[in-house]
Order: sequence, then C-alpha cells, then structure tokens
Amino acid sequence: MKLHRIFALLTRHLYLYRRSLPRILEIFYWPFLDLVIWGFITLYLARAGDHLPGMVMFFLGALILWDMLFRSHQGITISFLEELWARNLMNLFASPLKPGEFLVATMLMSLFKVTCVAGVMTLCAAAFYSYNLLQVGLWLIPFIVNLVLMGWAIGVFTTSLIMRFGQEAEVLAWSMVFLFQPISCVFYPMDVLPPWLHHLAMINPAAHIFEGLRSVVNTGTAPVERLAWAFGLNGLLTVAVITWFYQTFAYCKEWGLLVRVGE
Amino acid sequence: MVTPLLQVTNLRKRFGAFTAVDDISFAMKPGEILGLLGPNGAGKTTTIHMLLGLITPTSGTIRMFGLDLNEHRETILSQVNFSSTYISMPQSLTVEENLWVVARLYGLAEVARRVDLVLEQLEIADLRHKVMRHLSSGQLTRVTLAKALLTEPKILFLDEPTASLDPDIAQKIRVLLKEVRRSSGVSILYTSHNMREMEEMSDRIIFLQRGRIVAEGTAREIVARFGQADLEEVFLKLARESRHET
Repeated sequence: MKLHRIFALLTRHLYLYRRSLPRILEIFYWPFLDLVIWGFITLYLARAGDHLPGMVMFFLGALILWDMLFRSHQGITISFLEELWARNLMNLFASPLKPGEFLVATMLMSLFKVTCVAGVMTLCAAAFYSYNLLQVGLWLIPFIVNLVLMGWAIGVFTTSLIMRFGQEAEVLAWSMVFLFQPISCVFYPMDVLPPWLHHLAMINPAAHIFEGLRSVVNTGTAPVERLAWAFGLNGLLTVAVITWFYQTFAYCKEWGLLVRVGE
Repeated sequence: MVTPLLQVTNLRKRFGAFTAVDDISFAMKPGEILGLLGPNGAGKTTTIHMLLGLITPTSGTIRMFGLDLNEHRETILSQVNFSSTYISMPQSLTVEENLWVVARLYGLAEVARRVDLVLEQLEIADLRHKVMRHLSSGQLTRVTLAKALLTEPKILFLDEPTASLDPDIAQKIRVLLKEVRRSSGVSILYTSHNMREMEEMSDRIIFLQRGRIVAEGTAREIVARFGQADLEEVFLKLARESRHET
C-alpha cells in the first residue's frame, strides 16, 4: 500500500470541494436538517405528553404525503438530469421543442412517479401497519394536488439552478426539497416553531396542508381555510418559478450555458 | 437570382469582453454544401449554435427559408437538423427507441418506414436493437447522423461528422451525404478539420479566424488567394497567425 497513491485520490476529491460551494454546503446540510427536524419533533412530544390522539397513525399518513411532495420534486429534477447526463439537451433544444413543452413533459413524468410511489406506500402501510390512508377521506385529493404542485414548483426552481450552474449543482436535485421540510411541519404542528420560523411556515403551502391533515385526523375539522392558503400560495409560487425558469433559460442561451451544461 | 435558404447578416456574439463571432455575413443556396473552416476558437461551433437557436446572438439576424429565426423558431427548427461529434443521445435507450423519440419530437409521419430507411442508408440496421452504451464511437457517430437525416431536413448542420470514423466508413458517409444532397436537395453547412474532406465535400468554403470571415470562395480560389500549395497550407498559415495575434 502506497501512501502517495492514497494521497493522490484524497487530493482528487478535495480539489472538488475547493471550488464547489454546493459540495461544501452538503457536508453541513443533512446534519443540520436532522437536528432541526428531530429537535422540533422532540419538543412537540415533550409538550404534548400523553395528549397525542392517533399520533402514530398521523405520522404514517404524513410520511406518505411528504414522500409524494418529494417524488413530485424529484420527478422534475431527475428528468432534467437524465438529459444532462446523456448530453441530450442540445438535441432537445435544437429541435422545435419549446421550453414550456419540456416542463409539461417533466411534470407528467413526475405525476407518473408520484402515482407509483403513492400506490406502493399506501399498500405497504395497509399490509404492514393496518393503516388506511384513505380514512382521511376526500380531503386527500386537494392535499395531494397541493403537495404535487409545490413539488413541481421546487423542482422547476431546482432545474433552473442546475441549468444555470451545471452539474456542480446537481446535488440540489435530491436535497433542495428537504430545505422546506422543517418549515413544512410534517411531523409537528406549526405552533412548535419559534415565531420567526412560524412566519416562514405561514408562506409555505405544504405547512398548511400538514396542518389541515392534522385537523382532519385529530378533530375531523374541515380544513377549508388551510386549503385556501395552500392553493393561493401555490398559485403565486408556480407563477414565480415559471417566470424564473424562462428568465434562466434566456440567460443560459445568452451565455451559451445550454450547450455547456453537461460539463 | 436564387433566394438563399440561409441568410446570416452582421452576426455577432460577445461573451462579456470576449468576441466569439464578429460581424459575419454569409448566405447558403438551396442544395449547396458550405464548408466552415477555421482553427479552434475561430467561432465555427458558436456560429452553428446560434443557427440552431441554442445561443442568442448579441446582434445581427439569422433568416432561414425567408423567416427570422428569432420570430419563427419552431417553423424553422422543424426543417433543420444537426449532427456533431460533441453530442450524444440517451445511452440506456436502443438505437431504434432513440430514433422514435426524435421522430415524435419533430412530429414525423410514417415513422417506421423512415427509421428503416435511415438505418439502411447508414448501414446500421443490425444495430437497431442495440443499447447505445454498447456502441463504438464510430457507430455512435452514424446513429447521430441517422438522427439528423431521419427528419429529412432542408438544412443540415454537420459539426465534424466524420471525426471519429475510420477512413472507410468516413468515405461511405461522404458518399451518402452527397447522395442525400443530390436526391433531396438538402443544404449542408459542414465543419471539419480534414482539409481533403473539406475540398471534396464543399461547393464553397468560409474561412473563419478569431470570429471573422477572412476568406470565402471555392477551395481553389482560396488556395490561389493565399498563394499556398493546398487548403491545408492555408489552414496552417491562418491558424499560426491566429495564435501569434493572441
């Protein structure tokens, strides 16, 4: 075993970090998120004590719905990355294909993935834990629609960043959505958050969906107000990220990044 | 006078302080093979990328079929195609699957017939069911050419199409391209670092140096103008001058 060869490989990897902010950030990203999310869950459990009606059941439902958001985001970003890895972007954008058509195709692909994942997870939850997600009732439909819409919005935003910064930024395809998890209040209610984070959660559509889910599961209350917030915020978010996508696309064409994005 | 199929007027591309393409104008007639020649960094690929709508020009206009590319992108791009050694196609798909995707992108009719035809033309019918990642570089080049010919374009942009082919296959490709030009009347904008190929293929050649057109004409006219023995000598002279100036 030669130390110089081991050192050569070590430097090869460290060189990557020297010029790559996304890689450096990723080292701290996951531990930070774990700490934040599990910290709030602990706080919630400590405060609630024995008064947690249907907590375990709620966790399973929340987990399945969160995964739908995650998959809808990933459906968009991975479809883009597939083209990037295949060095196929030039073939696509030198064809009559419009950027909007490209987005719609990735969204449909994402919908396909969400449907598969939702089916498998619902069946597994029923088989292993006798948990029936459908007990949430028809509210499930607007909940899922909103989570998918938000996943798309984050996915389109992430895709724009990858298009702009190239493969350097591809780590965002997996990690970006988790940035929203602490303020989505998936496993704990919004009022566990400190005031400044509470304000951020209020402008996050997913937080309203999970609050709505809690109110349906725990008290059977109709989450109309929460859904109105979620639909409104998702509408704004969708318009904003699509505008951002088109602007980034124009910027990439201006600077020739579209033909170099695979590098 | 024949109306040009492609008309480039005062085309310029700047990336910050660097000028990649500097005020070039040229036209291409129907059925013409126009060679774009120049050393690395001369602006050939940037020009082709602008013609394909992948890079936005800083100034100037690009018209194809009498239409402005900026305003009629979809109509124009459905009638042009390209092949380059620098592109690839999805590696996990088979050759046939890739061609079907391209056919759908361009909204082609009679896809099965066209796929069969183009596979036969390029002598790659035996590769039809092969996954792309299992192909050699020469086979990949032929598949990207198949992709370009599949849509029966009126203008074809070929960026070093024979760069990774052995001489025998390269010769077959040149014969095929001339045959396609003869039968379909396609116009071809061609780049290559193989000077003999350039002389053989091109009706007319444009020499680019540091983003500018420094010579234009038939191979014979250009050789005579620079007082060199052949096109390769002209290329070497201009390439060395270009490096001295940088």
